[in-house]
Amino acid sequence: MKAQRDVWGQTLVDLARTDSRVAVVDGDLATSTKADLFADAFPDRFFEIGIAEQNMVGVAFGLSTLGFRPWLSTFGVFLTHRALDPIRMLVSQTGAPVKIAASYSGLLNGSSGKTHQDIEDLAIMRAMPGMTVIAPADAIEAEAAIRWAADHDGPVYLRLARDAVSDIFSPGHAFTPGTVHVLREGNDALLVSTGVQSSRVMDAAALLAEEGIEARVVHVPCLKPVDEAALLSALSGPAPIFTIEEHSIIGGLGGLVSELVTSTTLGKTVTRLGLADAWSESAPNSYLLDKYGLSPARVAGQVRHALADD
Amino acid sequence: MSRTQATKTGTAELQRLAAAGRWHVIKTVADAKAGHIGGPLSAMDLLVSLYFNELSVDPGNPQDPARDRFILSKGHCAIGLYSVLALRGYFPVEELATFDQGGSRLQGHPDMKLTPGVDSSSGSLGQGLSAGAGMAMAAKQLGTDFHTWVMLGDGELEEGMVWEAVHTARRFKLDNLTAVIDLNGLQQYGWPVSEDDDRFDRSNPWSGVDLNGVFTCFGWNVISIDGHDFDAIRDAFDRVREQRGSGKPTVILAKTIKGKGVSFTEGTYKWHNGIATPEQLASAAAELGQVFEGEAK
Repeated sequence: MKAQRDVWGQTLVDLARTDSRVAVVDGDLATSTKADLFADAFPDRFFEIGIAEQNMVGVAFGLSTLGFRPWLSTFGVFLTHRALDPIRMLVSQTGAPVKIAASYSGLLNGSSGKTHQDIEDLAIMRAMPGMTVIAPADAIEAEAAIRWAADHDGPVYLRLARDAVSDIFSPGHAFTPGTVHVLREGNDALLVSTGVQSSRVMDAAALLAEEGIEARVVHVPCLKPVDEAALLSALSGPAPIFTIEEHSIIGGLGGLVSELVTSTTLGKTVTRLGLADAWSESAPNSYLLDKYGLSPARVAGQVRHALADD
Repeated sequence: MSRTQATKTGTAELQRLAAAGRWHVIKTVADAKAGHIGGPLSAMDLLVSLYFNELSVDPGNPQDPARDRFILSKGHCAIGLYSVLALRGYFPVEELATFDQGGSRLQGHPDMKLTPGVDSSSGSLGQGLSAGAGMAMAAKQLGTDFHTWVMLGDGELEEGMVWEAVHTARRFKLDNLTAVIDLNGLQQYGWPVSEDDDRFDRSNPWSGVDLNGVFTCFGWNVISIDGHDFDAIRDAFDRVREQRGSGKPTVILAKTIKGKGVSFTEGTYKWHNGIATPEQLASAAAELGQVFEGEAK
């Protein structure tokens, strides 16, 4: 069990040994994002831009036009919000192979509070034409996604979490864009999640099983592109669908699943769990997960309650 | 790898090319019924000087890795750049007639994926200098000798991202990067000089600001010129080349007149964009045609 940020820095060092295109453009947070591992190993390909996120994106774009495949390194919130415009014009519209490593994404960002919690990134990036949007479940899937993205000739948004979560995948796991993973079978409820939340949802499913409720758990690591046929197949059956994400319930995984379900004849309702159009606050992680219904116990409780209401 | 300078073009020929470029701007925008006038005309002498007197580029091989880079950060002046690229031979002048029309390679704002000779997409103001800094940083890291030029408008300098890039260019000692500021003093609405409208201060946005001093304080090499004086522009480019190796990026502060070259568009914010009537077109053709007779038809 490793943290995704540690894997990010180390994997880039590994890749850069054989791929001279790999570069890192940092926004003065290298010790937090673990880009410092790369800076130590490859100082010539490490560009410390400072606290200037829009400029970081422009510089990364410029580097990419000369053959580099630069990774942007800072907290996700400063990229998807502050630097959204250059990401849109210089990266997305041009299809530049700039990799947006959104570290410290989601709700759990130490105790920095709502200013630093990025709970809208998936909605924003998913709407960006041509952007591949990845939210890996654990460090193993994060490493696989990084290795895939490094070879991908286009922009990638990679949502990374600060703290380690239990491993879901086994070493050697390969990332394929679009794939969905059925992590657990069950016919009573369909729990769909993305990113590190999938680990908590697996724990929630175990709690539900203790009560005799068997839930199928579907992990969606790639919000765009998505293999719609595979996802629809995973969502089929009579069980009600719940989407669970460390994100706003607007426009992220819940949005994706709802759009897909309503554009087909699946005829099912989708209950979206996540931040319900609300700002969060500074607090310990366990407090925030409980308050916003994302802890295993709270996910299990909401599913149990919804099933009882039916 | 050594840089090869563009063939030196004489002042009279530059004047002829700039007049032709101005005609293409006003005619193309009138035909397309869309586009900008004032900015492309103020920047025309600088653009012509760059493409016919300075940039080491090959229109027959627009993606030559060794080419100098040029970014039009003030992307709304695309038609000015397209006119010069057409005159320089990147694509036929006749293609200008497709500007802003469906399926055209000549979009309303520069698109590097479509137009030969366009090194960076632009259109949201303030982003070009960062892109140019990235190119210049890559050139240094890769040991490539090309020079990167970025043209910005003075209105655009209000964008904060510009100053992030100004800071970065100095920190990374990008003496292979030059910013050319088209100081025409007028924006779409912000600062027109108009005696009949005194609702608020409409003076030049940078009046009272020592831009020369600002860039100097940021560690840049600063050259101030008249942006319509071809000899001064040529001298400025020579000085940029002399600065290579100094560790300093250079900014050329080029004082210009918005709408320059056509009397009814000169010096007014009202021709930031605008569609010339047939009578106005005829007037512009007569004015510009004196310089490049035969092309304004």
